[in-house]
Amino acid sequence: MATDTPVSAEKENIGEINKYNFRTETKEVFKARKGLDAEIVAQISDLKDEPDWMRQFRLDALKVFESKPMPNWGGDISLDFQDVYYYLKPTDHQGKTWDDVPDEIKETFDKLGIPEAEKKFLAGVKAQFESEVVYGSLQEDLAKKGVIFTDTDTAVREHPELLREYFGTIIPPSDNKFAALNSAVWSGGSFIYVPPGVKIDFPLQAYFRINAESMGQFERTLIIVDEGAEVHYVEGCTAPMYTTESLHSAVVEVIVKRQGRCRYTTIQNWANNIYNLVTKRAVAYEDALMEWIDGNLGSKLTMKYPAVYMMEPGARGEILSIAFSSAGQHQDAGAKLVHCAPNTSGSIVSKSISKNGGRSSYRGLCKAERGAAQTKSNVVCDALILDPESRSDTYPYIEIDEQDVSVGHEASVSRIGEEQMFYLMSRGLTEAEASTMIVNGFIEPLIKELPMEYAVEMNRLIQLQMEGSVG
Amino acid sequence: MSETLRIDGLRAAVEGKEILTGVTLNIQRGEIHALMGPNGSGKSTLGFAIMGHPAYEVTGGSVHLDGVDLLELDPDERARAGVFLAFQRPMAIPGVKMADFLRHATTNVRNPERKEGEDLISMREFRKELREKMEQLRMDPEFARRYVNDGFSGGEMKRAEILQMAMLRPKFAILDETDSGLDVDAVKLASQSIADIGGSEMGILIITHHDKLLEHNRPDFTHVMLGGRIVESGGPELAAELHSQGYDRIREKYPEAAAAELAMQEEAAPVS
Repeated sequence: MATDTPVSAEKENIGEINKYNFRTETKEVFKARKGLDAEIVAQISDLKDEPDWMRQFRLDALKVFESKPMPNWGGDISLDFQDVYYYLKPTDHQGKTWDDVPDEIKETFDKLGIPEAEKKFLAGVKAQFESEVVYGSLQEDLAKKGVIFTDTDTAVREHPELLREYFGTIIPPSDNKFAALNSAVWSGGSFIYVPPGVKIDFPLQAYFRINAESMGQFERTLIIVDEGAEVHYVEGCTAPMYTTESLHSAVVEVIVKRQGRCRYTTIQNWANNIYNLVTKRAVAYEDALMEWIDGNLGSKLTMKYPAVYMMEPGARGEILSIAFSSAGQHQDAGAKLVHCAPNTSGSIVSKSISKNGGRSSYRGLCKAERGAAQTKSNVVCDALILDPESRSDTYPYIEIDEQDVSVGHEASVSRIGEEQMFYLMSRGLTEAEASTMIVNGFIEPLIKELPMEYAVEMNRLIQLQMEGSVG
Repeated sequence: MSETLRIDGLRAAVEGKEILTGVTLNIQRGEIHALMGPNGSGKSTLGFAIMGHPAYEVTGGSVHLDGVDLLELDPDERARAGVFLAFQRPMAIPGVKMADFLRHATTNVRNPERKEGEDLISMREFRKELREKMEQLRMDPEFARRYVNDGFSGGEMKRAEILQMAMLRPKFAILDETDSGLDVDAVKLASQSIADIGGSEMGILIITHHDKLLEHNRPDFTHVMLGGRIVESGGPELAAELHSQGYDRIREKYPEAAAAELAMQEEAAPVS
């Protein structure tokens, strides 16, 4: 049976007192020693019994990580990379049913509502605990149609041809320091392949849970949507609160082929001790549509800029980003649209909320490469600041190497106005209810894009963040 | 109905400038009072001060509702005690649907003891009532799904204020120029609606420049405000006189208040 350690209230930050903040006592199967070097990387590869090409990929990536300087922009990453566990194997096998999953881990996901959601409205689920996927399912009819939904480790073994063709091609290790780190020590994550013309009606969901202290989670996700196919992938992420820092550094690569559609929704609610440094990028081919819906709550520092590279005419990229930063949190979030072909179009809508001294930054890029004529990008970013202690910044980058291009950028920053608050309060709403209502209204244009279940979850998370925001 | 809103010697300042210089006024439930006066005489300030606008500092006097000291309460507590202010310029709350806002507000005002997070009034009951009230005000049902005052025309905003009053059923309502920006037909409808909603249950203070809104709401008392205080009170005939003849007689009769009015206007743009 699971024995959960309640976390004492003194250590909590306001708004963090929620159902995600519990720890599970587990008996791991294997835990690598703390720190990062070639031995640890080789050990991870050995444990996974990987082919040589992957082992070499990891070792090369480690060298890239070691050679690259820390970014001198974005947020303050004051993490000792040698003080992190890079690999923790929680069980010796992956469950095909929840009964196959060790009780204490199953109970963790029960509390997070995953099996229940799976029964109600999901086409498939992956649940990752620390470094490994501990449970996986996919509706039978989808498997029969050739849909692959598995963890990336299994994919290396079972689908080597697809892996070798695409893995690390959208985001090579040399892309940035944290892509290199992930490439060296990656473990788990989702691999999805949707065959031509197959449309998956219900979302596929992955849930990433960090449980141990000073843990690093480095899932690696690769999604290939073949011609005319459609998928909606959703990921959720949480962790309990510790006094030491943990690291989450994922790499997500998405390929959307001709006339395909992919929607990738993230709702993350990390504890305040997590550095969340993630690289997400998609390539969209002729008439394909890639959508990122990125909900960033919690974490100590998030640096994440989902990108769409529009590779052929007619490709579209749409990115919605929500960031909520509270005390001790810095959300450096945004998006990138890169037009590599003519007649491509993209839009970015970003909404950020800062309160109790939190800091939100929008950092985004719109780029049109030479030859990408008649392309359109539109960026709208709105920031809402709840109190004088909080902060919001906007860093829009525009790079245009072509004449016939339209790029629009609108930015607004507002503070919750005394007049709005007074108006709502004069109708009987308390100060807390009034500010929550204004915040919910502010993000409503994004919430209504989410499937109902996730909209409810998102509203609830915002509610949790808002609690204690007054006084 | 013997409940009373008792305003006694109320003084209020904005950014250090005194706008109300001692207002005394008693309103019983079931009574209609008209408050008239030139721009900048302090009529809107009176409404904001009674409702508890944070920018309006009360510098003297008192406001009691049946012995409860309203000035001790936050604006939401005043609303739950039974006071309502129809804004001259209502605020837009983008992204918040009228229906959601009203359901929350109605729940809080009708169950003043409700704690945050407790259940709202039942959706079915609420919808039915809202639909009825909207029909009475000849509002498109679509209105409930629009965002609060966001992109509303002047007339829509005023009707939305009356709708809120109808749902919240206050003991005392202050209507701050609820007729401004409305055409003749809309004023007539507003006037009729206010009378229907008010009845004998509500004490109403109607702030207005015109007598149209008073057509169906014949005031029991008319008060004239000048230079931050009420200088004269009378019956409905006073409202008619002021509407047709203006404030010259009042200014002549109360030279001190007229001088105060002038001084306020010179000091700053009128806060009305």
